[in-house]
Amino acid sequence: MTGSEAMAKCLEMENVEVVYGYPGVAITHFFDSLGNTDIRQVLVRTEQNAGHMASGYARTMGKVGVCVVTSGPGALNLITGIATAYADSIPLVCISGQVDSDLIGSDGFQEADVTGATESIVKYSYLVKNVNDIPRIFKEAFYIANSGRRGPVLIDVPIDIQKAEIKSFEYPEEVNLRTYKPTVKGHIQQIKKAMSELRKAKKPVICTGGGIFLSGAKKELRAFVEKYRIPVVHTMMGIGVLSTDHELNFGMVGNNGGLAANKAMQECDMLIMIGARVADRAVANPDTILDNKVLVHIDVDPAEIGKNVGPTIPIVGDAKHIFEDMKEIELSIDTSAWLDHLREYRKLPSPLKFSDKAVNPAIFIGLLSQNMEDRSVYVADVGQNQIWSCRNANIKEHGRFFTSGGMGTMGYAIPCAIGAKMADATRQVVAVCGDGGFQMSMMEFATMMEEKVDIKVVVLRNNYLGLVREYQHYSLNDRYEMVRLGSYPKLDDLARAYDIAYYRLDNMNGIDERIREFLDNEGPALMEVTVDPTDTVR
Amino acid sequence: MKKIYTVSVENRSGVLAKVAGLFARRGFNIDSLAVGATDDPKVSVMTIVSSGDERTLEQIEKQLNKKLDVIKIKTYEENEAVSRELMLLKVKYNKSNRKDIMEIVDAMKAEIVDMSENQMLIQICDRPERTAMMIRLLYQISIVEIARTGTLALPKCD
Repeated sequence: MTGSEAMAKCLEMENVEVVYGYPGVAITHFFDSLGNTDIRQVLVRTEQNAGHMASGYARTMGKVGVCVVTSGPGALNLITGIATAYADSIPLVCISGQVDSDLIGSDGFQEADVTGATESIVKYSYLVKNVNDIPRIFKEAFYIANSGRRGPVLIDVPIDIQKAEIKSFEYPEEVNLRTYKPTVKGHIQQIKKAMSELRKAKKPVICTGGGIFLSGAKKELRAFVEKYRIPVVHTMMGIGVLSTDHELNFGMVGNNGGLAANKAMQECDMLIMIGARVADRAVANPDTILDNKVLVHIDVDPAEIGKNVGPTIPIVGDAKHIFEDMKEIELSIDTSAWLDHLREYRKLPSPLKFSDKAVNPAIFIGLLSQNMEDRSVYVADVGQNQIWSCRNANIKEHGRFFTSGGMGTMGYAIPCAIGAKMADATRQVVAVCGDGGFQMSMMEFATMMEEKVDIKVVVLRNNYLGLVREYQHYSLNDRYEMVRLGSYPKLDDLARAYDIAYYRLDNMNGIDERIREFLDNEGPALMEVTVDPTDTVR
Repeated sequence: MKKIYTVSVENRSGVLAKVAGLFARRGFNIDSLAVGATDDPKVSVMTIVSSGDERTLEQIEKQLNKKLDVIKIKTYEENEAVSRELMLLKVKYNKSNRKDIMEIVDAMKAEIVDMSENQMLIQICDRPERTAMMIRLLYQISIVEIARTGTLALPKCD
C-alpha cells in the first residue's frame, strides 16, 4: 500500500463523504487513490472556495470538512479559506501536496513553506516526513479539528511520501496526545457559583455565540432559557440559536446589532456569555460591560476567557455539558418585569430609511426568509448584504444562518451554500450576496452545475462596494474612491451562460410573488435585486 | 511587570518558530528567550522572560497552552526564581585603561577567559541586572562584541 492509498483509507476510516479540491502534480497521486473509494471528489474553480465549501459542509453536518489542494500556489490560494474557518472555529482537515522531501527548502517548482505560511491560522499542522506516520497523523488531525475549540488542521504531504510504500496500515483507535486534553466538562463548583448568582439576579441575560452550534447545544440552550425565562441575545455567529420569532430572543448585539439586544447587555445585572468571545464588533468597550453586573463567561477555549474582559466567574467547558449541569440545579427566578421592559425596546421603529426608487433590502430579506422552509440554510456574504441579512432574516426553529463572522471574507456565501447543500440535500439553501462578493465567487456556478447542486443565489445589486461606500459617505466626505463596480457583468447573460434560471426585481411591485417563484424554481436560480446605492446599514 | 515562563515543549522542528511567532503575532514582548535540551531527548525547555500588564501576562500563558507542541508551562515572578545569564564580552584595551578593566572584572566577579595584546574576552555569569550593569561599566571603555544567553531561571527551592 502506498502513502496516497493510506491517506485515502484514512479518510474512509473517518467516514469522509466528500472532498473539495483542485489537483496539481504534487497531489495527483492522492486523487488517483481517492478514485478507488466511494468518496465524492468535487473539483472547485479556485482553491479558496474548496475551503469555503468544506466549511459549509462542516457547519451543516457538524463534522469535519475536507479539502485537498496541490503544493505552492494551490495551497496558498487556500489560505483565505483556512483563515476564514479558523476565525469562526470551523473544523476542517486541509491536505496539501508538497514537493519531494529532498527538494524542500530548495525553492523548487511550486514549492511554498505551507506549514510556515499557515502557522497562525491553523489549530495545528503537520509536514509528513515518514510514510509510516500517515495513519497516526490523520487520526490526530481529525480529532484535533473536531474537539475542544474546533478549527482547521493542515497536513502537508510531499510527493515522494505519497508514492512510498507503507509498512503496514493500522488505523489507531485512540489518540494519545500528551499536550492536548481539552476540558469539556465544566468545573462543578464554578457552575454552582454561577447558578447562585443567577438566583439573586433580577435582570439576567444570556449572550450566545457560534459555540452553541459547534457543541450541538441548541436544544439544551432552549430548554434552559425556557425553564428560567431568561432573555437571550446573540452575536453574529449565534444567529439562529433560537428562532428569530422566539419570545425570549432579543436579537443580535454589537455595533451592527439591534437596540433591544444592546440595551439588554447594558442594563442587565447578570450576563452569561456562552460560546461567544467578546469580539470587538460584538462588544465595543469590553471593560464597560462589567459595570454593575456579574459576568459569567463560559467557553471551551480558556484563552478566550479574560482575553478582552475579566469575568466574575470563568467556566471552561463545552456549552452542552454545562447547560446539562446547570439545569440540574433547581432555582426559581421571576424575570417577567425585566422581559416586559425589554419588549418595549422591540417596539421602537428602526431609524433607518431606505430609498423608494428600488427594492428595500430590509423588507426583501424579511420576505425572502419568511418564505423559506423551516429547515432551510440562509448564507449571507459580507458587506451591507450581511448586515441587512443579520438584522432582517427570519430564521425558523430548525433553520440555520451561515456567514463569515470573524474574518469577514467576501465571496464566502456561494461556495459555503454549495457545501451546505451537498451535506444535506433535503435542506433548502439560499445564498445572499452583494455584487462585490458575488463577483469574487461566481466562478463556482460551474461547480454547482457540474455537481448538480440546487441552490438559490440572490445578488443585492447597487453597482458599488456598498459598505466601503457607506464609510466614505460618513467619514471621507463622499469621496468614492475604488468602490464603483459598474454594471458588468450582465447577470441575465451570465445566468444563461451557466443554464441557471434568472429572476429580476427592480422595485417592490409583486415582490412577494416573485420571491416565491424564485424559491420554487426547479433547480438553481439567480435573482438580481436592484438596491439603491444610497441605502445604508447605519 | 515582568514574568518568567518555563515552557516544556516537544522537541520537534519548527516549535521555536511557532512559539516566537506567537509572541510576534500577538504583540507580546520577549525580553529574553533561551532554549535547551532536557534529560528527556523528546523534550526541550524554553525559558522566556516577558513584560506587560497583568492581562497580557495571563494571555501569554493561555495562548502558549493552546499550542499543541507545548507540554507544560510554569510561571513565576522574578523574586520567586533564581535567574542567571551568561555573557561574553570582547573589549579593546590599552595601557592606560587595562587596570580599570581588571578592577571592574574583579569587582563584578567576572573572569578573563582569553586575551591578546589589545583585546580581552571577559566572561560573566550572574543575575540579569548584574550582567546589564557589567555592560554599562564597560561601555565607556569600548566593547567590541557581546554574546549572551538570555535569562535562564528556575524557581527557588521549596
